[in-house]
Amino acid sequence: MRWGRRSADVAAAADLPRTAIELRDVAHDYGERAVLRDLTLSLAEHRVGVVGANGSGKSTFARLLNGLVVPTAGTVRVDGLDTRTQLREVRRRVGFVFQDPDAQIVHPTVAEDAEFGLTNLGIAPEERARRVDEVLTRYGLAGHRDHPAHLLSGGQKQLLAIAGVLVMEPRRVVFDEPTTLLDLTNTRRIARVIDELEQDVVVVTHHLDLLAGFDRVLVFEDGRVAADGAPAETVRWYVDRMS
Amino acid sequence: MKSRDLAYIALFAAIIAALGLIPPVPVPGIPVPITAQTLGVMLAGSVLGARRGALAVLTFLAVVATGVPLLSGGRGGLAVFAGPSAGYLYGWTLAAFVIGVLTQLTWRRFNLAWAMVANLVGGVGVIYALGIPFTSVYGDVSLSAAATGALSFIPGDVVKAGIASVVAVGVHKAYPVIELPRRRPAAG
Amino acid sequence: MTLSLYVPVASPVHRTPAGLKLGLLAALAVALFLVDGLAVVGGTLAAVLLLGLGAARLPWRSVLAQVRPVWPWLVLLFAFHLVVTDWHTGTVVVLRLLALVAAAAVVTATTRVTELVAVVEWLARPLTVFGVRPARIGLVIAMTLRFVPLVAERAQRIRDAQAARGAERFRFRSLVPLLVQVLRLADTLGEALDARGADAPVPVRRGRAGASTS
Repeated sequence: MRWGRRSADVAAAADLPRTAIELRDVAHDYGERAVLRDLTLSLAEHRVGVVGANGSGKSTFARLLNGLVVPTAGTVRVDGLDTRTQLREVRRRVGFVFQDPDAQIVHPTVAEDAEFGLTNLGIAPEERARRVDEVLTRYGLAGHRDHPAHLLSGGQKQLLAIAGVLVMEPRRVVFDEPTTLLDLTNTRRIARVIDELEQDVVVVTHHLDLLAGFDRVLVFEDGRVAADGAPAETVRWYVDRMS
Repeated sequence: MKSRDLAYIALFAAIIAALGLIPPVPVPGIPVPITAQTLGVMLAGSVLGARRGALAVLTFLAVVATGVPLLSGGRGGLAVFAGPSAGYLYGWTLAAFVIGVLTQLTWRRFNLAWAMVANLVGGVGVIYALGIPFTSVYGDVSLSAAATGALSFIPGDVVKAGIASVVAVGVHKAYPVIELPRRRPAAG
Repeated sequence: MTLSLYVPVASPVHRTPAGLKLGLLAALAVALFLVDGLAVVGGTLAAVLLLGLGAARLPWRSVLAQVRPVWPWLVLLFAFHLVVTDWHTGTVVVLRLLALVAAAAVVTATTRVTELVAVVEWLARPLTVFGVRPARIGLVIAMTLRFVPLVAERAQRIRDAQAARGAERFRFRSLVPLLVQVLRLADTLGEALDARGADAPVPVRRGRAGASTS
């Protein structure tokens, strides 16, 4: 109930096209070091959580989903599109939010940064302005339009990073530890933002309470999926295993 | 050029700017206090290599030219490119490029000695080779007079070349980002 | 952009297109070196000041602030010419440089950073033949402005950490951890640029946005 979804949101969510991501026989290594091995699974759930110890491969897994990392073996398909050959279409469908918003904000001021992805998509100026207004208002940043992004608080920076991705209207958003650098208040704020999203999401996190209302949780261990299922069981399994 | 290269270029331009914020450091035995900004120029070449290093410096200068006062001492705008010492600024880009070339040539056996060679040739030699004639032509003075005027700055720049070399070797060990083009096995 | 030497007032000089102002500045730089007459050079300086302080309504402080760094050089040059040539040559040399520096200062103070970046992009257009993408020049300049305060802050953090462990003054050795941090950040930034579509080919104009919302 804390971050509980309104039924209206759920109804709205049902109208959006869902995405399905298929991984077949995926393996990935960085030179000598294997980080992921024989991964075959499909993600079609609305909200998927990913947990695991540091170095378990979950961050690389997240990067596979929008083609930031192309696997050394096997294939990743988003709605049938291969991340190896149809990268651009894949990236349009799957947005990515990084752990450190400072590495994601590229423009000096808030509005300029929110507009960045839209310019890359080749969207006309009036439409860009409309969408930027909308997204900045939604995330409480409208009053900071022309502020230097550098002067935002940590939570506001993460909101801007999310806004910069959502403005591109992806169908699924991958979050790579979006709350790791934030304090408790801001963690709750970002959790609520994620909960209210109509888009499908994949959230990689160490904050297990983020995953309470999720449809499915994957636990990574040594580059493999060690547990997979509803959050209640998988999270408990993971906590037992870690303690 | 990949997105990552753009990121390196922009962040190094930012490093050169940030080094300009460090107040000049007086060094015993050297007549003028040394500023850290040209250190950034040397590091751009030795850490990023020729192409990206030169582009980082060029980007920094472009930002200064558009009127952002990031040159050490809070200078900026087009005026600094019109003064008699502007030749040194123009030399920075070539300096980073030359340092980068020398660093890449010695990358497989990179050590303090090679770093020193690169930074002295590129970071001191090239900069003065451009700056002195520029002042001479611009200010209508003889070459030797322009060179005499520059003399007091050279010890500081040699010290900076030393610092840049130590730092470059440190970064080479900890996080090397120069990638050499793949060569045929015979040449490797 | 917050940090700039631009002086926001409404004037005909401010409204003149940035490209034209830069072109005139370049032409002035060439022309000034073709003349030797004291009257011509002095007149040019007077005209530049009239333009800047009069027509462009710039406060004299803003022009002076930009000219000030050049002073020591000008004094040296004048002294040199007094000794080696004569005061007439010295005066011409100094006035000529002063005129050029002042003109550059006027252009900087009357032109927004974004306008100048647009000129840089325009000038780079012929380079598309070599695969240069002008829009990326603007992007790299924007990223530099974005990251200057961040790099300065991280440098400060490293200095604080060293101070906490007893180091008293700035140690150039601390540049190694700073550079490694910044390079790591750059790696992620590169990924973020890709994820946000910066690696897309020259954008194709689409009339309507993607049809992802129904």
